[in-house]
Amino acid sequence: MSAVVTADSAAVTNTGSPGTRRRDRARLLLVAALVIAFVGLPFVADPFATSTATRILAFALLAVSLDLLVGVTGLPSLGHAAYFGVGAYTAGWVSINVTAEAPIPLLAGLLMGAIAAGATGWLAVRSAGIFFLMLTLAIGEVLHQVAHSWQSVTGGSDGMYGIPTVNVAGTALANPGLLYWYVLVAFGAGYLLIRTVVRSSFGTALRGIHGNEPRMRALGYPVFRYKLAAFVLAGAVAGLAGGLLTAQQRLVTPEDMGFTTGALVLLAVVIGGAGTLWGACLGAALVVLVRDYFGPALDGHGPLLLGIVFVLVVYLMPRGIAGLRRKEPHS
Amino acid sequence: MITANLTSILNGLSIGFLLFILAVGLTLVFGMMDVLNLAHGSIYLVGAYLGWSIMSDGASLATFAAALGVAAIAGLAIGGALSLLTKPLARRPHLDQALLTLGLALIIAETLSITFGNDVRAVSAPAVLSGSVQIADGYYPMYRLFLIAVGVTLAVAVYVLVERTRAGALIRATVADRDMVAAIGIDNRRIKIAVFAAGTMLATTAGVLGAPLYGARPGLDWTILILALVVVVIGGLGSVKGALVGALIIGQIETLGRALFADFASFVLFGALALVLVLRPRGLFGAATGARV
Repeated sequence: MSAVVTADSAAVTNTGSPGTRRRDRARLLLVAALVIAFVGLPFVADPFATSTATRILAFALLAVSLDLLVGVTGLPSLGHAAYFGVGAYTAGWVSINVTAEAPIPLLAGLLMGAIAAGATGWLAVRSAGIFFLMLTLAIGEVLHQVAHSWQSVTGGSDGMYGIPTVNVAGTALANPGLLYWYVLVAFGAGYLLIRTVVRSSFGTALRGIHGNEPRMRALGYPVFRYKLAAFVLAGAVAGLAGGLLTAQQRLVTPEDMGFTTGALVLLAVVIGGAGTLWGACLGAALVVLVRDYFGPALDGHGPLLLGIVFVLVVYLMPRGIAGLRRKEPHS
Repeated sequence: MITANLTSILNGLSIGFLLFILAVGLTLVFGMMDVLNLAHGSIYLVGAYLGWSIMSDGASLATFAAALGVAAIAGLAIGGALSLLTKPLARRPHLDQALLTLGLALIIAETLSITFGNDVRAVSAPAVLSGSVQIADGYYPMYRLFLIAVGVTLAVAVYVLVERTRAGALIRATVADRDMVAAIGIDNRRIKIAVFAAGTMLATTAGVLGAPLYGARPGLDWTILILALVVVVIGGLGSVKGALVGALIIGQIETLGRALFADFASFVLFGALALVLVLRPRGLFGAATGARV
C-alpha cells in the first residue's frame, strides 16, 4: 500500500527550484490547452460523441471521488457506486417533484450522497484493507437492493423515468452541447474541490494515514474522524456525479448503483493509477469508451474486454497509466 | 404455526449449509494466502451453469451425479489455475490480488453470459429427490433435506480434515503464522495449491447443489459472493468454525428476514453484519493475531 506515491505530491514538493519553473509553465500551457479542448468539444464533435463525453465527465467525477478514498486515504471501496446512485435518484426525484432549476438537483444529490456516506461510513471506516473492501461491497449491495425494493420512490427495477430536462435560468438544456457545458462546469467544480482537499493539510494527513496509520494515531491524529470525513466527502462528490448522470440520461436504474458500476469505477481508478486525480479521469474515459462506444460492436460484452484490460494492468502496470510517467520505483 | 416455524428453520438450515460449503474455501484461501477471491461467486455460477447444461435433458440421479463430478473437476482446474495466477502477486499488496480476482470475475461472468445467454435458467432437482416428505403435520421438499444432509456431511469432513489430520495441522499452522511454518523448514506450497483447488471445487459443487434452489442467471454470482463474504466477515477470516457458525446464522437471517420484511431483508442482513462488527471487529472467531489484513 505504501508503494503508491503520486506524481502530484512530487510536483508540490518540487516547486521553487529554477528548473521546475519552466516545467510549471509547460504545465500551465497543457492545462490551458486541455480546458480549451474540453470547452470547444461540442463545436467539433457530433451529438453522439458529445453525449458520450458528457457521460465520461460524470463517470470521471465519480472516479475522482473514489480516488480520494483509494489512492489518497488507502481505503479501497467496492461500494462507491451506491452514493453515485443515491445522488442520481435524489437529483431525479427533486427534478420531478420539486424543481429542475439548476443547480438545485445537483446540490440535493451532493447532500444526500454525503448523508448516505455518513450513515454507512462510520461502520466501514472502522476497518481497513480487505475488510474495508468487503464491508463497502456489502453496504453497496444493500443500498442497491433498496433501489430495487423502494418502488414508490425509485420505480423499482423499471427505474426512475420521466425526469425533466435541467433548467438554467428558466431555459431547458435540451441541446446536447449545452448539457455538456453544464456537466463540464459541475465536473470542474467537483474536481477542483477534491484537488484542493488533496493538497491541503487535511489531504496530507490522509496520505499519512495511507502510509502509516499507527504512526498517525501515535502522533495524535483522530484517524477515525479523518477517514470518516474523507468518506463523507467522497460520498458527497459521488452524489454530485450521480446528479450529473441524471441530468444526462434522465433515467436512473438500480444498475447505475449496482456492483458492476462499483467494480468498473474501481477499475477506472486502478487503470488510471490510484492517487493521481488526472489518472482516474483517464481511466474513467477508457472504461466509458470501451463500455458505451465500443461495447455495441462487441455485442454488449464490453466488460469482457475491460476485465482483460484490468487483469493486464494488475500484472504489468501496478501504478496504472499515471505510473508510466515515473520510471524509478518510489517508496 | 409450529410447522411454519419449522419450515422456516429448515429453509434457513439448507441455505446455511450451502453457504458454508461456499464460504469455507473463501475463508481458508484468505487465511493461508491473503488472497480474497472475489471470483468465488463466479466460480459458483460456473457450477450452476454446468449443472443446468448437464441436467437439462431431465434430472435423474445419474445426471445429477455426473454434474457434480464434472463441476468438481472443473472447480479443481479453476482453483489450480487461480493459484498459479495469483502467485506472481504474492509480494504485492493484498489489494492487487483481490483486484486480479475481480478482473477474472468480470471475465468469467461475461464468458458465461456469452455462452449461456442472459435468460434465467431453472434447474429441477433429480427425480428421486424432488418429492416432499411429511414432517410433523406439514410437507417439506425432500431436496432441501438432502442439501442439509450433504452440508452436515461436508462440514464433518472438513472439520475432521482440518482439525484431526496432519495436512489439517499444516493448514491451521499456515493460517496462524505462515512465516513461522516456512522458517521451521516445512514446504507449504503444495498444501496452498491444494487448499485453493479444494476451495474452488467446493464452490462449483455448491453451484450444482444450489441450482435447484436458485437456478442460474447473470448477477447470481455477485449475490452469492456477497452472502459468502458476509458469512466470512461475521465468522472471522481464516476460521472454519467461524464459517460454519456464520453460515448457519446468515441462513436463518436470510430466511427469517425474507419472510418477515420481504423487500427489506438486506437491511436485516446488513444489521447483523454491523452488529457483529461493532461488537467484534474481527468476526466471531477471528484470531486477534494470525490472518493479517
